[in-house]
Amino acid sequence: MLEIKNLHARIAEDGTEIIRGLNLTVRDGEVAAIMGPNGSGKSTLSYILAGREDYEVTEGDILYNGESILELDPSERAAKGIFLAFQYPIEIPGVATMQFLKVAMNEQRKARGEDELTTPDFMRRVKEAAAELQISPEMLRRPLNVGFSGGEKKRSEILQMALLEPRLCVLDETDSGLDIDALKIVADGVNALRSPDRSVVVITHYQRLLDYIVPDTVHVLYKGQIIKSGDKTLAHDLEANGYADIIEAAA
Amino acid sequence: MPAVQETIDQVRQIDVDQYKYGFETTVEMEKAPKGLSEDIIRFISAKKNEPDWMLEWRLGAYRRWLTLEEPAWARVNYPKIDFNDLYYYAAPKNQSGPMSIDDVDPEIIKTYEKLGIPLREQEILAGVQKSKVAVDAVFDSVSVVTTFKEELKKAGVIFMSISEAIREHPDLVKKYLGTVVPTTDNFYATLNSAVFTDGSFVFVPKGVRCPMELSTYFRINERDTGQFERTLIIAEEGAYVSYLEGCTAPQRDENQLHAAVVELVALDDAEIKYSTVQNWYPGDKDGKGGIYNFVTKRGDCRGKNSKISWTQVETGSAITWKYPSCILRGDNSRGEFYSIAVSNGHQQVDSGTKMIHLGKNTSSRIISKGIAAGVSQNTYRGQVSTHRKAENARNFTQCDSLLIGDRCGAHTVPYIEAKNSTSHFEHEATTSKISEDQLFYCLQRGIPEEAAIALIVNGFVKEVIQELPMEFAVEAQKLISISLEGSVG
Repeated sequence: MLEIKNLHARIAEDGTEIIRGLNLTVRDGEVAAIMGPNGSGKSTLSYILAGREDYEVTEGDILYNGESILELDPSERAAKGIFLAFQYPIEIPGVATMQFLKVAMNEQRKARGEDELTTPDFMRRVKEAAAELQISPEMLRRPLNVGFSGGEKKRSEILQMALLEPRLCVLDETDSGLDIDALKIVADGVNALRSPDRSVVVITHYQRLLDYIVPDTVHVLYKGQIIKSGDKTLAHDLEANGYADIIEAAA
Repeated sequence: MPAVQETIDQVRQIDVDQYKYGFETTVEMEKAPKGLSEDIIRFISAKKNEPDWMLEWRLGAYRRWLTLEEPAWARVNYPKIDFNDLYYYAAPKNQSGPMSIDDVDPEIIKTYEKLGIPLREQEILAGVQKSKVAVDAVFDSVSVVTTFKEELKKAGVIFMSISEAIREHPDLVKKYLGTVVPTTDNFYATLNSAVFTDGSFVFVPKGVRCPMELSTYFRINERDTGQFERTLIIAEEGAYVSYLEGCTAPQRDENQLHAAVVELVALDDAEIKYSTVQNWYPGDKDGKGGIYNFVTKRGDCRGKNSKISWTQVETGSAITWKYPSCILRGDNSRGEFYSIAVSNGHQQVDSGTKMIHLGKNTSSRIISKGIAAGVSQNTYRGQVSTHRKAENARNFTQCDSLLIGDRCGAHTVPYIEAKNSTSHFEHEATTSKISEDQLFYCLQRGIPEEAAIALIVNGFVKEVIQELPMEFAVEAQKLISISLEGSVG
């Protein structure tokens, strides 16, 4: 699904190198967790996968289903099935959540040469997915993310993910700002989307989320490189012992 | 939702820098000689078969105008206008006033068809519900057709061109004309009083709710011609009327002048809702050509509990100088101003409102949304004042500006005056850019850049769009997106 090869990337504006030779492979159907201390490049990695222009890839490649995506702009990547759940979802005043969903779904369909959804079909899909995530119709009428609570914002991200049916989901610190009940709802939403042809990259600072979204692999990101990979037990080690030992061993 | 989708489709279909209404109609025209003088004013007045008092009124205004200076306080720049290098009267030959549709030059009918304006009395489709809209069509200096006149007459509503009204209802015109915008008001209004050629007249008698939307469609066609429209709307006690004006002009290299005056009078318990979708030719991408729009619009809430509401969507004109205002004279009267002003390319907009609180317990509400793109300058200029006797006057003002790109400017210039201690004013102003974050978020969801901007802008203006009559809200949304097209990159 995803193959990142010797990736180097920097902030376009000031040239600061953030990703320094990163290698990572995520297979079809795999849930990969990326953990690491603050400032290790976790969020940057998610932005680079999504194609944000603020970052420049200087070396290496990102292959998605065997094809390099470096030349694709963000909306093209999205239409090919790459989805990023934002750590801080953005407010769009005056645009009802429902309206945003419809535009996004239809734009992606258009980009793939598919017909637009009929209104009843669209309504049915939204209703079903929203119910799963305990999202009320009232919330869908509100402007996207405007005045949403932390939990509402994250549920709205997962709702979009469910409706857009991506192949590669990148969750950036989806657990931040969530209480335990909200975390469970969000994790259930993600787990419901796990399938053999859909991969998930879970970026998180804490092990807590991984109790609910159990990963197949865990990778430690430090100073722009993966310094250790393992299975889910690696996350528990990190929780118990912190990053220091691993960082030291890698140095 | 469908409106947004249509917006996007429309934006895609049209090439950058293409003004959709820029075509020219070839009809034989009759013009007054170029320039401005008492003789020209006599010529116009004679063309319109006006009574003597009207001619005197015009001449009085002209003499006054000769003593006035062009105002220079607005944040707009343009070369000095030579007022003697314009035609002040241009009408299709054989048409000195409205006539039966069958007699109108087919070229003119075709023009309005192209513009999507029905001159035949048909029911226009608006969503599910069929609704009627009466139209007064003004072509350069003359009203060519007014529809649904008979049907409106049955309800007691008078809807006709102002030229006809001067002849047919002189007492009403005399009683109200110039009582809201006096001939001495300002440079452009005074000029208009001297040379106005046509416009609409609406009279809704006591207790009548006007049974349909009224609208006037202004078209400038002839080269080097100024359009000086004059509109007068009167709602008697307890009456209600909703009125919409639309404007377009051909695409030309030289600038053309449009200096209109609109007066509204609302007596006790009356309500007037006045909406404008202004789409004059804005000039090309290098700032060449376009209409100079210098307009004085004012409503007088003369009676108690009266209400006047202005809603405007301004997307055209090279220069806009326009401040639709309300004089809140009657106790408990209410004024509203909802505005969307879009500027792109080299457009300059200086627009806003005045809310003058004179009566007790008067209230006003101002919602202004300015969107600037390209190298345009977009200024909100608004005045709220309360008179000594205007106890418990209240105003709420919200001015939001949205910048697209980094070469345009948005400016907010509020003037607030309270002459008593019981006034209550609230003023909120924001300026924002379509943020990189918002764009990236939309892109990441698979929404391409142009569609993303259309979506964000439509969200930004939603509060105002929903004030427009249903039939026109969709049009207005489309128009805004088209105006902003090519603003990214």
